[in-house]
Formats: sequence, structure tokens, C-alpha cells
Amino acid sequence: MAYSDKVLDHYNNPRNVGTLDKSKKTVGTGLVGAPECGDVMRLQIEVDDETGLITDAKFKTFGCGSAIASSSLATEWLKGKSIDQALTIDNMDIVEELNLPPVKIHCSVLAEDAIKAAINDYRIKNGMEAIQFEESIVH
Amino acid sequence: MQELKLPVYLDNSATTPMDPRVLEAMLPYFTDHFGNAASRNHPFGWEAEEGVDYAREQIAQLINANPKEIIFTSGATEAINLAIKGVADMYAKQGNHIITVKTEHKAVLDTCKNLQKKGIEVTYLEVQPDGLINLEELEKAFTPQTILVSVMFANNEIGVLQPIEEIARITHKHGALFMTDATQAVGKVPVDVQKMGIDLMSFTGHKMYGPKGVGALYVRRKNPRVKVTAQMDGGGHERGMRSGTLNVPGIVGFGKAAELCRLEMAADAERLSKLRDKLEQSLLKLEESYVNGNTQHRLPHISNISFKFVEGEGLMMGFNKNIGVSSGSACTSASLEPSYVLVALGLDDELAHSSIRFSLGRFNTEAQIDYTIEQVSNAVNRMRELSPLWEMFKEGIDLKTIQWAEH
Repeated sequence: MAYSDKVLDHYNNPRNVGTLDKSKKTVGTGLVGAPECGDVMRLQIEVDDETGLITDAKFKTFGCGSAIASSSLATEWLKGKSIDQALTIDNMDIVEELNLPPVKIHCSVLAEDAIKAAINDYRIKNGMEAIQFEESIVH
Repeated sequence: MQELKLPVYLDNSATTPMDPRVLEAMLPYFTDHFGNAASRNHPFGWEAEEGVDYAREQIAQLINANPKEIIFTSGATEAINLAIKGVADMYAKQGNHIITVKTEHKAVLDTCKNLQKKGIEVTYLEVQPDGLINLEELEKAFTPQTILVSVMFANNEIGVLQPIEEIARITHKHGALFMTDATQAVGKVPVDVQKMGIDLMSFTGHKMYGPKGVGALYVRRKNPRVKVTAQMDGGGHERGMRSGTLNVPGIVGFGKAAELCRLEMAADAERLSKLRDKLEQSLLKLEESYVNGNTQHRLPHISNISFKFVEGEGLMMGFNKNIGVSSGSACTSASLEPSYVLVALGLDDELAHSSIRFSLGRFNTEAQIDYTIEQVSNAVNRMRELSPLWEMFKEGIDLKTIQWAEH
């Protein structure tokens, strides 16, 4: 199975690799997946207190090229968005953008889960309730 | 200084490139000598038959068998099906129990599963952490109903060599037949069906620099005389065990490949084991990298290494434009399950996902191995920079203590 040019581009030049200080109140961290399943994504967002906008996003991913590309793309999309806008990112948007084949759709679902987990972490840290999401269907 | 030839093929356990000398031997049998080897009454048939006879002799010589004991098939999978199903049918009156191993190739495992649906009992032996079976466990697995033991000669993923001679001896002590799938071993290491006490053995052309689409089943004719029930009806070719017009060019190529292996195997093995060791020792210098399987009893050209905290497919993507290897990662298979062979060794799924199999072959050069060492090392380091697990490991966090959301 050949990779799409966009997956290759994100794999070769991943955007926003790194770590934010998770002890900061303005940083939300999402860690999803499991090593036994062959993919783990950690996605972090930093939110501006005053504007409510995501000013920075970082990721690190253990996984295949499509998982790396999905999380790299997610960080790109998150920057500059409000939390509400971020919540509208759908895994199928990632599938479409990266031309993921059906066997790699779970990578995009994981990226969506990571976004939601990071947002909930931020919300809880700031005295808000966690949003209950529908169970995503993976694997 | 050798010139570096790219891309580098290090997936010789999947298939080998065909030796040009094999192709040369085959070509006349597509055109000039196109006859049917079963045509007994004209020179066209005789020429084809001569080609087949010579090939059969070469193949027999490679494994120290009699040419009459070689049954040509379409490949190892067919040979395995014929052996196991053929024995189950032929010896049904003697018993209905088969012993095999969890790390066998799917062709063996799925054939056995199929037979289970038809009332055959199958014992799947566990392997030890190094991939070898425990002979005491084997002893205990026999029942008065046991008719066949099938244990692979060399494993396709980790290259470990089972103690074939001892397994055969134990099997015969219990009055059963011994079959071995030697697909990865024939032409790579010495295989002697007489000395080792092998009753049935599957192997194939395309893993030993011959063509695809042709393989063989060795079926012992003496002490004991082994019979298998044909699994396909037809003209009664191959002593009635495998009907179908012989694939003459393929068989001629298989024979030539066997001849070359007989003559060059020792030198190839010596050269490749040195290159393999160089590759392995260099890659083991990377932190948290481990060889999977026994390294003493192993094929000379295979190394299976897990690079912890890096996922295999993601890693391969870093160099697969120029280097062809394979991985035990789930992402490389449709099932999303990591390699069952590595899991059977007791490896954590995580380490199985992190494994890469390097399998060298006759046409690899030292310059290619040096290039591979550099490329793979760089890719591992790069992927670890991307890996949250590596970061946690470096911070001293025990990954086992984390509540992972399994998905």
C-alpha cells in the first residue's frame, strides 16, 4: 500500500512535535491509545486565558506513518481555533485531507480522541465539567 | 570500495530474487523444449522429461533423498496441505491426532484448523522464550492416536532452527510420522532427510533463488514407506500423489536453483552470517533494542530486532524507499494484530509492534549493509524523538503503571 503525498509530507516534516508544560493551567494534555495496540498519541494544547483561543499545539506519537500524519495535521488545524471550533474537527476531515485508506481510519479516530481528551483535560483543570463524548468506534 | 546498489532488498525470507543462472536454464523450456513431460512417445515429451528428471535429481541431492521421493507441487503451501491432509486421510485408521507448534506458518496452522473441523485432534505446542520447543512437552503431547508431528525446520520470522533430529527420534519412538516445513531452511543450511529422520518435508523454489509457483514435498519411500492421499484428482502424475501437468520450466529452474545452492550454500552462509552479525551488532548499539529468538540455533541470514518505543511500520516508512524489510507490527497486516510468532515467544504486544525482520540473501553486499545500519539507526533515533513513550521512558516513568485506554 503506497502512502499519499500528504501523509509522506507530514511524516517527513512533522509539524509541532514537542512537549508543553503539562503542569500549567493553560495547557490541556490528551494521551490516547495503548502501546499494545501499536499506537499512542499525546496531543497538547495551550489556551489563551483572555481570548479563549488555542495559541499552541504540540504532539508526540508512537505509531505508523498515518498515525503520525493524523496527529501532525491535527496540531496544525488546532492552532488559532477556539475550543468550540476545535470540537468540530471530525476524524473524517482528517481522512479526507490525508487520503487515508480504510485500514488507517482508526488513526484519524485516535487523533480526534486526542483532541477531545486534551480539551477535557484543559476544562477540568479550569474548573469546568468534562464533556461526555459518544464512545468512538475503533478497530 | 564497493559501489552501493540501491534499493537494498533485505526481505529474502519473503522471497528471493531469481538467480540469473536459473533464468538461463529455464528459458529453453518455454520455447524449444515446450513438451509435456508426460508425453512418452515423441522427442518433445522426452526433452521435457529429461529436464524434469535432471531437476529432480538435483533437488534430491540437495536434501540427500532419492529422486523418486520428490513430489512436485505449486509451492510450499500446497506441499504442506498435501502432507498433512494426505497423512490424516491415509492413516485415519491408525489414529486422529496431530502435534504441531504455535509458531508454524499459517499454511500449517490453517490446514490443522481445517482438519479439526473434520474431527482430527490437534495439539499446538507452546515455544520457549527463545522460540524453540521444549522436547519434554513434546513427549507429553503424544497419545496412542498420534499419527503425525509437524514442526518447522526454521522459523520464517525469527529464523530459529528447531532440533529436528531429536524431534524425529522422539516422534518415531511413539510410532508417528515426522513432517517438517523446511521452506526457509532448504538451500540455506544443510538438510539431510536420511540423517535427520524426516518422513515428509515441504519446500519451495522461490525462497532459494528459483522461480515462484513451484515447490516440492519430500515423501519417504523406505523405513517407513510413507503414503499420502492425493488431494486433487486427475491424471495420476507424481506417483499418484499430485495430478496435473508438470510445470516444466518452473521445475527446471527449481532444479538449477537447488544445484547452485548445493554448490554455493556453504560459502553463501559464511558470508551472510558475517554481514548479518555486523548488521545486528551495530543496531544493538542503539539503546533498548533486542534480538528476538535464539541466536545460537538460527539461520545464518536472519535477524529480528525490536526497537523499543518505536512502532515498526512507522519506522520502516523512514527508509522503505531504499530498503525493503518486514515488520511484526500489526499495521503491516490487515488483522491489526501483531505477529503471533513474536507473541508466542512471550513478547509484550508492544515489543512485537516494534520489531523489524532483516533477511539477507545471495545478492546483498557489505556496502548495502553499511548503508542499512546508517539509515535504520537514523530512523530509530528520529522516531524516538517523535515517540511519547520514549519521552516517558527517559523520564523514568514505568509504562506498565499507566492506565492505557485500549481501543
